[in-house]
Amino acid sequence: MGDAAPAGLAVRLVQRRGIPLDVTLACAPGETLALVGPSGSGKTTILRCIAGLRRAAEGRIDCAGETWFDAAAGVDVSPQRRAAGFVFQSYALFPHLSALDNVACALTHRPPAERATRARELLARVHLTGLEARKPAHLSGGQQQRVAVARALARDPKVLLLDEPFSAVDRVTRQRLYRELADLRHTLALPIVLVTHDLDEAALLADRMTILHRGRTLQTGAPYDVMTRPADALVARLVDLRNVFEGRVVALPGGARGIAWGAYALEARVPGAFADGDRVCWAIPVSGVLLHRRDRPSRGERENPIAGIVAECTELGEHTTVTMRVAGTGGLLWLRVPTHVARRNGIAAGCAVRVSLLADSLHVMPWQDLARDALAA
Amino acid sequence: MDWPAIVLSLELAAATVALLVPAGLALARVLAWRRFAGRRVLEAALALPLVLPPTVLGFYLLIAFGGDSPLGRAFAAVTGHTLAFSFAGLLVASLIVNLPFAIQPMQRAFEAIPDDVRAAAACCGMSPWRIFTRIELPLAWPGVLSAAVLTFAHTLGEFGVVLMVGGSIPGETKTVSIAIYDRMQAFDYAGASLLAAVLLACSLAAIAVAYSTSRPRDGLRG
Repeated sequence: MGDAAPAGLAVRLVQRRGIPLDVTLACAPGETLALVGPSGSGKTTILRCIAGLRRAAEGRIDCAGETWFDAAAGVDVSPQRRAAGFVFQSYALFPHLSALDNVACALTHRPPAERATRARELLARVHLTGLEARKPAHLSGGQQQRVAVARALARDPKVLLLDEPFSAVDRVTRQRLYRELADLRHTLALPIVLVTHDLDEAALLADRMTILHRGRTLQTGAPYDVMTRPADALVARLVDLRNVFEGRVVALPGGARGIAWGAYALEARVPGAFADGDRVCWAIPVSGVLLHRRDRPSRGERENPIAGIVAECTELGEHTTVTMRVAGTGGLLWLRVPTHVARRNGIAAGCAVRVSLLADSLHVMPWQDLARDALAA
Repeated sequence: MDWPAIVLSLELAAATVALLVPAGLALARVLAWRRFAGRRVLEAALALPLVLPPTVLGFYLLIAFGGDSPLGRAFAAVTGHTLAFSFAGLLVASLIVNLPFAIQPMQRAFEAIPDDVRAAAACCGMSPWRIFTRIELPLAWPGVLSAAVLTFAHTLGEFGVVLMVGGSIPGETKTVSIAIYDRMQAFDYAGASLLAAVLLACSLAAIAVAYSTSRPRDGLRG
């Protein structure tokens, strides 16, 4: 808790019964924190706890120097008195009220004379000038989302909570709303918590992201770091890192340390915490697996060269996903190549391929039984 | 035209609506959103007047209202006359008979309000009373109106329970439905058809109002 600035949001929630929770979060003003996890991982529950719509059995929530919830001290401030701007997944607009009145509903803390003006300002800020009198049913999905954002900001909130705010709009609208939110968040000196199950969305919009699994916060960090350097095999699976294998720390000829994987001795940056001979898990993002060209060998091919047979080759638009069975390891390695490259190299199921594993991308993690059911999908 | 019967029916229907709709509103709201032990049993009990034969219901009410029952004795002690065969008794019976007609439309209307909409209202800083008046009531309004119309129309037409509990005392318990029956017994077809036409017109008007308000409002889908 102590590492959060007093001006920001600090959350600690613990619950054993019902929906299990073991959550530690901190979000500084001006920072966007993405909560990422599969369905049922407790993302929305956490957001509702912060807003005061749910109560965890134990824990504490501080925001902007105020304590909103403290189970031990019996503090539980009502949602009305927690200045939390909440954008619901369904937007939850008031269907019988105009866009303007929807926003004005959240302005009761201001004098009545100011409310209409302020509501217009907020709608202008989300590019809805001219649509103030429309009811939600007569607004598009993207416009409804903007009204919901304007309404959440109307409270002059101390924290902005966004629950999968892009899930109900089409792709084109989503891209536009991403840009708008990216612009908006730089003008707000608020902690913003964004719930999403979309890793790309988190990487695009968040400064940091927290990976959740079954109500537990597993890892928090910059999106790129978490996605390429997961804390363990479970996080690796949750960030869709498919190339996770077991290996052993070994000393390489020349004094450096690496990973023994079947018959291969791979160059890698092995953290000091692991001793020679330790069993470990290791992972490599698809961006760290390079296909060797058949016609023209290049220098990079000396870096962790691996040979195998293509098990499966799936063309997915511009990219082709290839899985290769690596001889002597039993492992299935995933790689992604541009479709034209796959075609030019004649890659198809059954053919022999060679790849390099970039040593800098190879990430070593504590050993975990990869067959355990927590890791299985 | 039997004006006293028409006036009495209208009074009874208006009083039933005036008492039952506000009380039913509170109960319907609780049934829609609260989860408590015995909720299903309570719902079933409230729906019972729909399926119970009116004479059976009337019989039990008459027993309950009688001078030998605690309720009947208490009422007689306070007012000096019996609950059975009085307008007050008729009103109590009417309230009970109309429970399902009043509560069910309102309960459905409250159930149709998404949880997130109420949560959003709380997150907007609106007080519970403000949420009720600004959000819940406007959204549930078609259900409230349906409840009022159905209760009013059903009270005008109720026969079995009224006859059992009220008898047929002109100006006190003789409603239009009873009056029509009496006219028929006396072979006064002209009088009966006039009163029947009045009830038919009332029923048609009620159905028209109920149907025009129960159509999905624009926005409730959104």
